[in-house]
Formats: sequence, C-alpha cells, structure tokens
Amino acid sequence: MAEAVYTGTIDREATRANTRYIISRVVIYGLLAIFSLVYIIPLFVVVFNSFRTLPEISQNGLIAFPQSFRLDAWPDAWSTFCIGGNCEGMQKYFWNSVKMVIPATIISTLLGAMNGYILSKWKFPGSEIIFTCMLLGVFMPGQIALLPWAFILGKIGLANSVYGLILVHCIQGISFTTLFCRNYYVSIPDDLVKAARIDGAGFWRIFYKIILPLSPPILIVTVIWQFTGIWNEYLYGVVLNSGTNQPITAALVALSTNGTNVRVYDVMSAAVLIGALPPLLVYFFGGKYFVRGLTQGAIK
Amino acid sequence: MASLTIRNIRKNFGAVEVLKGIDLEARTGEFIALVGPSGCGKSTLLAMIAGLETITSGEIYIGDRLVNAVAPKDRDIAMVFQSYALYPTMTVRENMEFGMQSRGVPKDEQKSAIARVAALLQIEALLHRKPGQLSGGQRQRVAMGRALVRDPLLFLFDEPLSNLDAKLRVDMRTEIKKLHHRVGKTTVYVTHDQIEAMTLASRIAVMHQGEVQQFDEPQVIYDSPANMFVAGFMGSPSMNFIPGEIVSDNGRTAVQVKGVDGPTILPLTASHAARLNGSKQVIFGIRPEHVSRSGIGQKADIATIRAPVEVVEPTGAETMAVMRLGDQEITGRFDPDVAPVMGETITLGFDMSHACLFDPASRRLI
Repeated sequence: MAEAVYTGTIDREATRANTRYIISRVVIYGLLAIFSLVYIIPLFVVVFNSFRTLPEISQNGLIAFPQSFRLDAWPDAWSTFCIGGNCEGMQKYFWNSVKMVIPATIISTLLGAMNGYILSKWKFPGSEIIFTCMLLGVFMPGQIALLPWAFILGKIGLANSVYGLILVHCIQGISFTTLFCRNYYVSIPDDLVKAARIDGAGFWRIFYKIILPLSPPILIVTVIWQFTGIWNEYLYGVVLNSGTNQPITAALVALSTNGTNVRVYDVMSAAVLIGALPPLLVYFFGGKYFVRGLTQGAIK
Repeated sequence: MASLTIRNIRKNFGAVEVLKGIDLEARTGEFIALVGPSGCGKSTLLAMIAGLETITSGEIYIGDRLVNAVAPKDRDIAMVFQSYALYPTMTVRENMEFGMQSRGVPKDEQKSAIARVAALLQIEALLHRKPGQLSGGQRQRVAMGRALVRDPLLFLFDEPLSNLDAKLRVDMRTEIKKLHHRVGKTTVYVTHDQIEAMTLASRIAVMHQGEVQQFDEPQVIYDSPANMFVAGFMGSPSMNFIPGEIVSDNGRTAVQVKGVDGPTILPLTASHAARLNGSKQVIFGIRPEHVSRSGIGQKADIATIRAPVEVVEPTGAETMAVMRLGDQEITGRFDPDVAPVMGETITLGFDMSHACLFDPASRRLI
C-alpha cells in the first residue's frame, strides 16, 4: 500500500516536469520557426517573382503567390536584358565577378596562411607590432582606402580592370585572413615546429608538411569569408570600375536604376538570384565547417 | 672523447639572466641528467644544446665541432619532447620517416631503419596508426622511435615521462635505461624528478637558479651533496637540517643541538672533525634513513638523542615518522616492525658517519 502511494508521488512529479518540458520546447521551436520565416520569406518573394509575369506582378502586387509559371525572366536576365546601354544581360558581369573572386580568394587565403604561420611560429623582434598593424585593417572601413586605391590603380595601369579589383581584394583581405590563420596556428603546439626543425625540415617544408595538413578547418573558414565578402562587395566595384568591367553587384544596382519607367520585377528577381547563387552554394557546402572553424579560432 | 662540451654558457631573456655560466661535459656514451626545480634553466639549457634557443655567450661543442651558429638540423642530434610533438596528421611510420626524408636518406635505408627501431621498441603493430589513436605510453614509445631511427651523436630528452601516469612512468624509466644500455648513445636528459635522475644517469647535474650546483655521479651527489640545496633536493623525504654549535666534549669534537631535554651532544667522527677548520656554527644534516631507533641494527659512530614522535606515516615498505627536536621537525625512516607510535618519546640513533655538516652562511658542505 505504502509502495503504491510512493510511486504515485513520483509519477505526479514526473508528469509535471514532463509538461513543463513540452511547453518550453513548444515555445522555443515556435519562436525559432517565426524567425526562420522572417528570414526566408524575402527569398521566397524573390524566387516567386522571378517566375511570375510582369502584368501579374503589377496587378497582384509584389508579395503574392504565383498565378502563372514562366521561365522567361531567367534567360532574359542572363543574356539579353539591357543594363546601362549594354544588352547582354548579367552574364558578362557574372563572369567578371567569378574572374575576380576566385583568384582573389585563393591568393588572399594563401597569403593569410603564410602570414599567420610566420606570425605564430617564426616570431621575430617586432612581429607583434606588425601583427597589430595588420589588425588595424580589420577595423578600417573600406571607404578610407578608396581614393588611395583609385590613385594606385591608375598609376600601375590597372584602373577599370578586373585585375585591379583582384589586387584590391587581395590586399584588403589580408588583414582578416592573417588574423584567422594566426589565431588558429597559435593553438598548434610550438613543439611540432621544433621537432620538425631538428628533423631537418626547413621553413617551407614545415609549412607544407605539418602546418597546412592541420589547416583545413581554418582554410575553409577563410575561403568562405573571403568568397562571400569579395563577391558581395559593391563599393570598390562601382567606384574603381565602370561599364562592362564592373562586378555583378554593381550591375545589379545599375539594372534597378535603368532609364525606362517600367519596373521589370521579374527580370530583377532573376538577376538578384543569379547574383546570390555562388555565395549561397559556397555556404551550403562549407557552412558547417564555417561555424566550427570560427569558434576553434576564437578559443585562443 | 667528449660528445658534448659546454663552456661558460650564459643566457639572458631581456634583463633576466636565466643561465649564469654553465660548464658541463658528457663523455661518449654517458647518460647525463639535468635535474632541478622548475625555472632553474634546465630546459633552456637543453634547448640551447638543440639549437632551438640562441646563446647569449659561451660555447657548445657537439663532438669536436663548435655548434653555436649551427642550425638544429645540422647538429646531429635527436630530441624527445615532453609533449612528444608527434605530427598529428601523419601515421607512426610517416612520423618516423619524416626526418629521414628531410635529409634525403635512401628509401630502402629508411625502411630498414624503421623496421629495426620498431622491433626494438615493439611498435610494429602501431606503424599505420595516427598519433591520436595511441595511448600515452605508446606515444612516448613512438616519440623515442622517431629519435632512434636516426643515428645521432647526441640524444636529448626533455622531461619525457612527466605526462605519463605514475605506474607507466616507472615502467618507461626502466625501458629508457635498458634502451640506453643497448644503444649506448650519449644522452642528455632533463627532469625535475630526482628519482628519475638518480636511477637513469651516469652523472647528474643539479641545477638551481641558473647555475650548476653539483655535477657528479648519483651516489656521490647523494652521499656528499655540495651544498644544502643539493642535499635538500635530492632524496625523498629530504635531508633533515638541524642548526648546531661545535663544542668539545671530553676532548672529542661534537655538535651540540637543541633536544627535548635541553642541549644534546652529538659526537662527530674524526673525519668530520678534521674538516671543520675552526667553524663554530654548523648546520647538521642527516638523511631520514640514517635516523634509527637507538639500539636497533647498531653500528659504530651512533649518536643518541631523545625526541617525541608527532606523526607516523606508514607507506607499507617503510614507515616515516616526524619527530620534534627543539623548534625543528625531523623525519626518520623506519622498518615497520620497529616503527614508533604517535605520541611516544623515543631515543634516536644518528648514524654519524653518514651525517653532513654545512656552513650556515655559505650553505656549502664542510
């Protein structure tokens, strides 16, 4: 009898705890769902509009479920729409951005890894000062460097060229890539480098054989950071380059402010999605490493 | 021939002098232990021998070659690190190959060297594993294997056992001793563990505050420590130090110390008395194992003194007892069968032939 009473109390307690647990979960997941909707709805709007006809958009408004489905806006945006008097669509600007982002990402990441390796494993008198100076670049707004860059690119004959933008983004990116890599490499024990030095390995061999094989987490972070940063960058692209040499971000803005009175929402939506696709894909494939790598670097 | 000669080595970190003129020499095949408390400069000295740390002044010779300006890889040394420093992305085999590849050793030679060392250390089964898949003891073996595949003039060990648990540490200590016996390479071994130094080394350099306090064979260091630091650092529990005064007792030189019933006379041996050289105040040093119960296992040159027992600590094989002598505590090491009990006042016998006398001012052995 006593036993039965005893189990009863336990059960009541357990039920109460269980109810509390369920309520708290419902609240948490409900809030999460609301926030994810807030973030995802604009994307849906743009995706829908890229498949709707222009008359339908003007009739039903920007935010509405598609009544029709048509792909015309996509090839239009890609290859025939007129942007700033050039009727080849986004493709030229898309490839400009690709040609800019790939070399700039690779070069700035490798330079960052190299800098980080030197600043963490081959410290020399004054290396901390150099690191501090490089860090300033992280906090410096891009606008400050705008005029100097215009001046330098003009001097070395890279004005209004994709190569000029590559150079700009490599240099501008070094602060971040160095910071990431240096902080990651600090957590690699110095004894590894010492052991390798005694083993007869030099500066480069230690880098290739020991440091780089340990680097994938931080290199993925750096590549994603640089790729999305450079791809989405607008200011340098629009100021330093003009006409068909601009990257896709500048072209998108040009497209939305073109001369005609008609707002071509369908083509704009398709163009925006074309422009957003590469960073989305990079994030999609490397996202989980991105979060993991960032926190790893942040511990030390 | 000496494999390693160190002459008047100094090292400054900024204004701090961490090594103040070190002189050492290791004969070929010798096992030298550098022992001392943390911060004594022993690891810095080892790093300087390896070439990982610059030399402020002085000279280091490996073999007959002055290596002050020689890069670590060209010094013909191999080193085992406290953290093992195994390359985490490489397998055990690749870890061992790395040094030979860097030096361009032919492939078949690499193979036979790895086979030889893997057999020696019994790590054949681990060759394809990554360091992350090894236990502490296995990592330790691999770290030694990596050093052994090369045939260097000099082995350097930097506290290689301090990351292992107590039991494994004792096992590996024996292994290292066997290994050194078999390989016969000159070795410099840094440790803060005086037992490791005593058991392994053919000669020990006891370091303190950037200076070598004493450099000699283990038994000499134990029996006649050069000063009170060495006497206190080597041996566990450490030597008892009792301040005393030199007096003449019926024509015999003796040391008078504070006992439980007032001043007690401890007659000195003739050889101690001869070395006194007019000292009036001394520090009387006696190791716990030379403190016994009076009348048990009696030898010559025993001085007796009465002392109350404050704490008794049995360890199984022997029992330590802490006793009070004036305002001083002394430790004695007893056979459990005859160990005193707490609270009892017993008559102790000091084995005077093993006693040490120190100068209170210079703290050096008289």
